[in-house]
Amino acid sequence: MNKDKITLCEELADIMPPEYHELVETATYGKEGRGWKDIGSSKELIEQHSLCAGCPESIAFRYILASLPAPENTVFVGSTGCTSLVFPHVAVQNIHSLFGNQNAIASGLKRTLKRRFPDVEKDVVVLAGDGATVDIGLDMTMQSWFRQEKFTTICFDNELYANTGGQESGLMQKGFVAKMAPAGKNFDKVRLPEIAREAGCHYVAMLTVSKPNRVEKAIRQAVMIAREIGPTYVQLYTPCILEIGKQSMEGLDEMKDAESIGGRFVMKEYISDQAQQLIDDMEAEEKAKKKAAKEAKKAKKPVSA
Amino acid sequence: MSQYQVKAGPEAFLPPAAASMGVILPDPGECHIEGRIAPEEEGYEYAARKFLEAKVPTIFPGPLVLWNWNENATKKAKAIRALADALPARLIPMADYRPKYPKIDAEAEINPNHPNLTIWHNKIDVCIFVGVHCHQANLALKIIRGGTDCFTMAMCAQAGHEDACLSFRDASVEKITKLMDAVNKLKKEGVKSQAESFVQIKMTSSGRVA
Repeated sequence: MNKDKITLCEELADIMPPEYHELVETATYGKEGRGWKDIGSSKELIEQHSLCAGCPESIAFRYILASLPAPENTVFVGSTGCTSLVFPHVAVQNIHSLFGNQNAIASGLKRTLKRRFPDVEKDVVVLAGDGATVDIGLDMTMQSWFRQEKFTTICFDNELYANTGGQESGLMQKGFVAKMAPAGKNFDKVRLPEIAREAGCHYVAMLTVSKPNRVEKAIRQAVMIAREIGPTYVQLYTPCILEIGKQSMEGLDEMKDAESIGGRFVMKEYISDQAQQLIDDMEAEEKAKKKAAKEAKKAKKPVSA
Repeated sequence: MSQYQVKAGPEAFLPPAAASMGVILPDPGECHIEGRIAPEEEGYEYAARKFLEAKVPTIFPGPLVLWNWNENATKKAKAIRALADALPARLIPMADYRPKYPKIDAEAEINPNHPNLTIWHNKIDVCIFVGVHCHQANLALKIIRGGTDCFTMAMCAQAGHEDACLSFRDASVEKITKLMDAVNKLKKEGVKSQAESFVQIKMTSSGRVA
């Protein structure tokens, strides 16, 4: 999709409800340097969500959508799960794939987009739960990394199959007792970030969504590195408050606890040398732009008598 | 077995898909009227008459004509507005397909997942879908036929819809204009619109202005 196409037909614009006018007038499509700070001052690319009240996934969606470098040229590939309930409400192109197939679909899509639009950078971002990424779809997930497919995989890790009532998943922590897994889990949480690094991902990050600036940085870097170098993986802890017996207001605290020292989700990043070089270049470019803008502003200031 | 007719409902909580009852899609140059294949010209007159007989005739434009994604969309939007003015008919948009229950403003918009709410709220008795993607149109048409007494029509850009009471295929600006011409012709012959008076809802980013 091109940014220029996100407009209404003039003849019928006056019958469109306000949220669509806002999407055209104040959404941040095409804005350079867009980020989580736009939330509240511009139209978000998520209208409502159909998740439970207080679900951390909804926060994650908002931060991710605010952080994509070019939402008008991005296609999400989703899979079955809580995330798939949200995609109908998202104003970014998206495809729902067969459960577990998301990385295979994304591989074909990315290659096709490259051929169809050789002059435009089209980003493909897989966004799926831990069941689709690590259990049922692990084959497709890893094969896409082995093949060095140039797209980002984001896993919403809620440590179980939440959508179907709390079955055990590979990313569930050892010993956890879920509603549909009463005996408790017998083996350790799958260390997918390490697997991703060994499988060829150039950028891997594992974090919670309690801090929007961290999420923004991770998503931005993951998308840019996938665009230029190769596969990237971001694992976000989005606890299912229902399944772990928390209240709506306790999701944030749960994430903060999980990322504190000794917790399961202390932030970690793996960056390949090639990716690090790209990040350094991007940061230098950003710095130079800011400096130039500052100097231009200074030059415009009238000299006082 | 007598041929199944795609009549206005309410038919059942889960009406059968018309295709499963033996209703087939029209070939180019044809339309289907209540399940019967007919020449397209007959369809224009039938549709125009239905619209003029209706108390609350309504056009449901979909994303393909509401969003300015190509030049043809703009032209179709113009033709739809002209048709609405000629009838006159309400214009109620189906701007996207996300479920909006219970937030939907049933007076001002329609949604394929619960189109019956808009039909019931506005007491719509005749409607036409234009610019709605086929799978969403099929869903909405079946729900409307199942739970309301609204006569449904579809101006489809592809092969038509069996689940509408009347369906055109290969929608184009010319075909929308032909439907408008049929309305004007009937009006000239003395057929008067039975539509109740209404004010077309108008909206901006700050809310409803009319």
